[in-house]
Amino acid sequence: MRGCLAPHPPHLAYASNPPQNEPKSSGAGAWTALLEGYESLRKSLEDGDFDVIIVHTPHWKTRRGHHLLGVEHFEGLSVDPIFPNLFRFNFDLQVDVELAEAIHAEGEKQGLVMSMMRNPEFRVDYGTITSCYLAQPDFKLPIVAISSARSYFDYSNEVGEREMLALGEATRIAVEKTGRRALLLASCSLSHRHFTEEPADPEDPEFEYIYNANQAKWDRHILDLIESGRNRQILDEMPDFIEQSVSECKDGSFTWLLGAMEVPELPGKVHGYGTVIGTGNAVVEWRLDEQAVQA
Amino acid sequence: MSKDMNSQAGGAAKEGKIIGGYLVPNKPHALLAPEKSPGWQSLHDSYAKVREEIEASDADLLILFSTRWVSIIGHQIQADPTPEYWVVDEDFHELGTMHYKLRMNPEFAETYQQCATERGLHARTVAYHGFPIDVGSIAALQLLNPDNRIPACIVSCNVYSDRAETLVLGKAALDAVKKSGRKAIVVGVSALSNRMFTEFIDPASDHIHSLKDDEWNRKLLELLEAGRLEDVSQLSREFSRQANGDSKLKAIWWMAAAMGQNNDYRGTVFDYQAVWGTGAALVGLVPSPGAGGGLEYDEDDSNYFHGDRNVIATAAKADKTDKKS
Repeated sequence: MRGCLAPHPPHLAYASNPPQNEPKSSGAGAWTALLEGYESLRKSLEDGDFDVIIVHTPHWKTRRGHHLLGVEHFEGLSVDPIFPNLFRFNFDLQVDVELAEAIHAEGEKQGLVMSMMRNPEFRVDYGTITSCYLAQPDFKLPIVAISSARSYFDYSNEVGEREMLALGEATRIAVEKTGRRALLLASCSLSHRHFTEEPADPEDPEFEYIYNANQAKWDRHILDLIESGRNRQILDEMPDFIEQSVSECKDGSFTWLLGAMEVPELPGKVHGYGTVIGTGNAVVEWRLDEQAVQA
Repeated sequence: MSKDMNSQAGGAAKEGKIIGGYLVPNKPHALLAPEKSPGWQSLHDSYAKVREEIEASDADLLILFSTRWVSIIGHQIQADPTPEYWVVDEDFHELGTMHYKLRMNPEFAETYQQCATERGLHARTVAYHGFPIDVGSIAALQLLNPDNRIPACIVSCNVYSDRAETLVLGKAALDAVKKSGRKAIVVGVSALSNRMFTEFIDPASDHIHSLKDDEWNRKLLELLEAGRLEDVSQLSREFSRQANGDSKLKAIWWMAAAMGQNNDYRGTVFDYQAVWGTGAALVGLVPSPGAGGGLEYDEDDSNYFHGDRNVIATAAKADKTDKKS
C-alpha cells in the first residue's frame, strides 16, 4: 500500500482544464502550489504499479455507517452543487467491487455498520472524482470509494476517531487478503474554513489566502508532525485540531488513512501545500513500500 | 429591472405578497417508499391535504429553502427553467432513483438574487444541465406540486450562515415577492429534531430517536399550531441545542423573516411522524391578522448583511504590511 493525503477542491480540476470538465479556467494561478504538488505526487506514484485506488471521500456523507460503491462501472456528468460554475465533469470509472465487498466484510467484523451501494444510477460524488482525477488523470485504475460516515457529527470526535481507525484496519486487512497493490487517497483538506464569497475570476490569486492565522498555524503544526513522522501525535491531537481549525479531518479520511497504514512512524513527503478559498490543503505521500524494503 | 418585474409594467405594478407558508420534511421516504412504514405512509397521505390547500389558493409561485442544498459561496438560487435529471439519495440509495422534471421561475430567481445583493448578501443564480437538485426539494415539489402547475424557486442553505444572515435572506425573499407582483407560498424543507438512527432499522418500527427529541418537537408544533411562527424562530437556537435541530432550524428563521416576523397566522399541523428517527412534520401557516399573541424578542434583528470577508482581508493586509516592514 501507499497512502496519500489528496484533497479534492474542484478548483484544482477546474484549473487543470481537462477535456472532461466543461468550465474553463483563466489560468490566473491562484492554486499553483497545489497543482505543482499534485504533479510532483503523480511523478512519485509512477513507480507504484498499483492495482486499485481506494478513496475515502468527505463528499459522500452517510449517517447509517460506512458505504462503498458496489457497481462495476459508473459514467455520467458530475455537477458540483456547491461550485457548479467550476465543476461539471464527465466521468467514466471502474470499480473494484470484489475489494469493496472485502472491505465491507472486514468492516462488519470490526463491528462497524457497513453497506454496499448497488444503485447503478448513483452519481459518484465530486470529491471522489476530483481526488482520483488529480492522482490519476486517465482513470485507468479501478477504484474503491468509501463514504464518510457521520459518527463525528452524530456522536463525538472521539467516537469518530475510533470508527475510522477500525475502518482503516478493515481496509488494510481486505487489501492484504485480496492481494491487491493499493493506492490509498484520503480526500480531505486540513483546515477547512471557507470564504463565503468568490471573486469574478475564481482563480484570481489576490483573493486567495488562508482564512486566518489560527488556521495557518494549525496547518503548519500538522505538516511539521507529518514531516517528522509523528503520526501517532497527529491522532492524539486530532480532536483538538478538528475543533480549533474547522478541519475537514472531521469527515474521517485522514484518520482512516493513518489507521490503514497502521499509524507508521514514517515521515510523509509533502508535495505541496496551498489554500483554496481560504481552506488549507496538503498533498502528502507516505511510501510504505519503501519503508517495508528498508525493514 | 428583471423580466419578472417588467411583466407587471404596462399598468400600475401590483405589489406581490406571501400568502402562506409550509414546513415539510427534508427526506424522500414519503415519496419513494411510503408503503414501508405506517409513519411514512401517513406523511404521504397528509401531503395530499397540503397539496389540496395549495391548489385551492391562488398562489402563482412556490419558494423553497432546503436544508438539503448546502452552499458555501453565499446563497444559490435555482434558475434553470426546466431542470430535468435524476438523483439518488446518498444515504438511502436503496429506496431508488428520483427522476425529476421541474418548473422553475428564472425571472423570479433573478429578482431574488438582485434583492439579496441589495441587502448585502452574496447571491447568485445557477442554471446548469445536470445540476443535482437536492432530494428534499424534489420530494417536496413532487408531492406538493406534482404537475408543476405552479412554478418554483429554490434557494440554498449556506453552511456558515447564522441567524442574522438567514433573516436577511428571508427578508430578501419578501422584497423579491413584492417586486415581482407574485402571490407566493414559502416552503421550508427541513427536519425538526435531526437525530437519526445510525444503523439499519425495520422501517415499520420507525420512531423519534428519543423521548426528549419527541417532546421538543411536540412543543414546537404546539406553538406552530397556534400560529406563533416568530416565537418558534426565537426558540430555534434552544431547540437546536436540545434536540439537534436540522441546520439550526435555519428554515424556520428564513420562513419567519420572509413572512413578516410575527405570530399572526392560522397554523395547521397536518402530520408529525418519524423518518429514520428524525422529526418530520407537515405544517401550514396562513396569515391571519390578529391571531397571534404578543411578541417577546430575545434575538437581534438584521436587515442588512455586512459579510466577513472585509474583516479577514483587513487582517491579511495587515499581515502583508507587517512582513514588508
